[in-house]
Amino acid sequence: MTDLTSLTLAEARDGLANKSFTSLELTEVHLSAIEAARALNAFVLETPDQARAMAREADAKIGKGQGGPLAGIPLGIKDLFATKDVRTTACSRILGNFVPTYESTVTSQLWRDGAVMLGKLNNDEFAMGSSNETSCFGPVVNPWRRDGANTTLVPGGSSGGSASAVAALLCMGATATDTGGSIRQPAAFTATVGMKPTYGRCSRWGIVAFASSLDQAGPIGRTVRDTSILMRSMAGHDPKDTTSVDRAVPDYEAAVGKSVKGMKIGIPKEYRLDGMPAEIEKLWSEGAAWLKAAGAEPVEVSLPHTKYALPAYYIVAPAEASSNLARYDGVRYGLRVPGRSIGELYENTRAEGFGAEVRRRVMIGTYVLSAGYYDAYYLRAQKVRTLIKKDFEDCFAKGVNAILTPATPSAAFGIGEKGADPVEMYLNDIFTVTVNMAGLPGIAVPAGKDSQGLPLGLQLIGRPFDEETLFSLGEVIEQAAGRFTPARWW
Amino acid sequence: MSATGSKLIKGATGDWEMVIGLEVHAQVTSNSKLFSGASTEFGGEPNSHVSLVDAAMPGMLPVINEACVRQAVRTGLGLNAKINLRSVFDRKNYFYPDLPQGYQISQYKSPVVGEGEVVVELGGGDSVTVGIERLHLEQDAGKSLHDQSPTMSFVDLNRSGVALMEIVSKPDIRSSEQAKAYVTKLRSILRYLGTCDGDMEKGSLRADVNVSVRKPGTPLGTRCEIKNMNSIAFIGQAIEYEARRQIGILEDGGVIDQETRLFDPNKGETRSMRSKEEAHDYRYFPDPDLLPLEFSEAYVAELKADLPELPDQKKARFIAGFGLSPYDASVLVAERESADFFETVLADLADKARDGKLAANWVINELFGRLNKEGRDITGSPVSAVQLGTIVDLIGEGTISGKIAKDLFEIVWQEGGDPRALVEARGMKQVTDLGAIEKVVDDIIAANPDKVAQAKAKPALIGWFVGQVMKSSGGKANPQTVNDLLKSKLGI
Repeated sequence: MTDLTSLTLAEARDGLANKSFTSLELTEVHLSAIEAARALNAFVLETPDQARAMAREADAKIGKGQGGPLAGIPLGIKDLFATKDVRTTACSRILGNFVPTYESTVTSQLWRDGAVMLGKLNNDEFAMGSSNETSCFGPVVNPWRRDGANTTLVPGGSSGGSASAVAALLCMGATATDTGGSIRQPAAFTATVGMKPTYGRCSRWGIVAFASSLDQAGPIGRTVRDTSILMRSMAGHDPKDTTSVDRAVPDYEAAVGKSVKGMKIGIPKEYRLDGMPAEIEKLWSEGAAWLKAAGAEPVEVSLPHTKYALPAYYIVAPAEASSNLARYDGVRYGLRVPGRSIGELYENTRAEGFGAEVRRRVMIGTYVLSAGYYDAYYLRAQKVRTLIKKDFEDCFAKGVNAILTPATPSAAFGIGEKGADPVEMYLNDIFTVTVNMAGLPGIAVPAGKDSQGLPLGLQLIGRPFDEETLFSLGEVIEQAAGRFTPARWW
Repeated sequence: MSATGSKLIKGATGDWEMVIGLEVHAQVTSNSKLFSGASTEFGGEPNSHVSLVDAAMPGMLPVINEACVRQAVRTGLGLNAKINLRSVFDRKNYFYPDLPQGYQISQYKSPVVGEGEVVVELGGGDSVTVGIERLHLEQDAGKSLHDQSPTMSFVDLNRSGVALMEIVSKPDIRSSEQAKAYVTKLRSILRYLGTCDGDMEKGSLRADVNVSVRKPGTPLGTRCEIKNMNSIAFIGQAIEYEARRQIGILEDGGVIDQETRLFDPNKGETRSMRSKEEAHDYRYFPDPDLLPLEFSEAYVAELKADLPELPDQKKARFIAGFGLSPYDASVLVAERESADFFETVLADLADKARDGKLAANWVINELFGRLNKEGRDITGSPVSAVQLGTIVDLIGEGTISGKIAKDLFEIVWQEGGDPRALVEARGMKQVTDLGAIEKVVDDIIAANPDKVAQAKAKPALIGWFVGQVMKSSGGKANPQTVNDLLKSKLGI
């Protein structure tokens, strides 16, 4: 029997349906793989008992012909999603051993459709980071290494655990969240596929909030098809989240393999940065050529306000975060570090509970919202946001179906390599933040390798609620570039 | 506004004028909280009405309770105010143990209701119009309990997230009397609308009072805010104290610090709570978890059409329809329950046009007088509106005299029963039979020839004869008939 972990989610689904193997078997091989891959530090909590129980239940349902769209498929869950009776920490000390009494809407939809939970995945603390180095559980290791080297590399972030686990074949797919690139950048660093849906496509209810107007849940999968399958179960309107949109959820998988003939693909000139590595440049051109070969028409477009996106993002996101994280005060749940007064209790708890990057962003956010600075920072950043959104709208109004860009300005870097300068770290999101600022869908698809053998990804940005086009185009790139699997060293 | 009812305070350097504005926090009457499904019931076990949202658990999101929005719009309409078809919820950020989210969801730049006005009646037929600056919706906080343990404080989140309307007046108020009358009137309007129960003891209605003083005609002075007043009487006392305190400082050459103060009802004085330097920077920004609140003109029109009759309209109707004096009408409409009682009395009357005013007199003088004496309120009246209506009918149709009616009222108060049947059973009917009365009159004239002679010389003595006739008829003779008969028989 072939190693079941090497199957795609789609293949496993078909295998389960025609009873080539059981969910319990599929789950066991993944549990073993997780155990063998602890060096990657992708999981912060393994839930084998729960996984087996869910797998047995799925097998029973499949046996009765009642299996849902994800029946028996073992998944990893980013630790930002509240999971009922299972510790949820957002990888922050401040949540300590917090165990929710509730299940996030997105994960409850996955369980509704029959999926199996293997455990909780590592991420940057409160999803703040681009390397998964800010987690209180320590950094996640990328299963990819440079050719002939054994330097440990970051998997990107904040969904580093999700990307690493999917790339290392520890789970068939994973949930992730994306506030400024947290799905797409790690997907690009690990040769996995990551979809950040349109803002409002997935419910945010039960997901630990970072920046409410930017946060969006999405899947990381092994292939475009796998990602489209997960997407269908994760999406949907939720009356408990006012910002979720009441719109029918399409059959995203049906879009995979659909012709892209005649589609106009925007190539934004402003994304051609000074000093951009030649291999990124080359990858981008190749991507355009592949899409052209499939019948699409690449056209140069302009998104003139792109250069303001990153600074504006680093005002809006910390501002919202400073307020969203105020609830972690040591009074009701999570960590409490006592003090002689309530003020001291707050200070001690938050000083000890939050890591350096979270503290930095809370302080930036508090500053930009302060009286006297609000207009100069927050209000202006919101105006920039409107302009960025308009850039995209103008582009789509001219008939552009999707926009092609590099996913990241470089391949994965070494753990500890970019710790010193936060701005250098923030630059990782240069190609992805615009999408969050405009609330659009974006997908990262593996497209090649750099000279050191590390994966690189391309990003496709779509019209609001047109994830389907991104799946169709993404699959063209996937077909042309091939799939990439890291050599196992762990 | 008119200066009616304004009261200048004499200081050592001349007259001073108070300038007062109020922020009233009114708890919205609703079954569940502003952004969660938890109950708003008062007095539950601590932390028994707390949802995951109210406790600010990770990943929880607020969802607007449309019933609360409807109440806010109805209140705005009741205050003759502009309804904003688009408004925005903001976060007001500060740390406090009874504020689980670390921010209060409120409305800062774009409130649901804009400018309006309230006409406030003062004594002696005067009135003053107080402008409404705005009304916005916001969450209440929980309650810190410091008396449960010697070493710890506890928090009760039952109130956390309950909907409040903050109603901000313009600084149009010029005396403590006006301020008290304004709160009284506002409370009355809210209770008529059913948007707030106005129960100040339970904290359903609280006011922050802004007070400053100036020499008449000069620019506004620096104000102090007296927080969290939950009694109309204390509002009056606090304003009087605070104005004099400020005048004292200014006349001594000092300056007023803009600050927040608390009123101590035991000492009857205000004291500093925190100064402007310590004031919070609330870092307001639009709540990204909530969409702007938007509704159509049609929605507002529908709510407007469904508004109940409010005190001003009811008062006008009572005056125009039944000839009530403005004072009597004001007394009747002040409380919704009194007005409802009076309306029921009216509804029961056989001849509303004839007896409406009489009914008002009976409700105000006899019923309210008696209720006050016994410390009861209208909802606990032993005499029902229907019973009182019947008593008024009996007077109006001439079956009993006003004097007998008072006896009848007393019987109904003590024993209950149908007034008409009581009059019949106890022989309280007024005698209008001319023959019967004439006999009594003749007997008395015959028995008192000396008085007859005196009366012819001094007609005022007729009163003595009337008294004698009434006495011997047991009060049941119709006084007008007696009077007429005596006049003709005595030839005066």
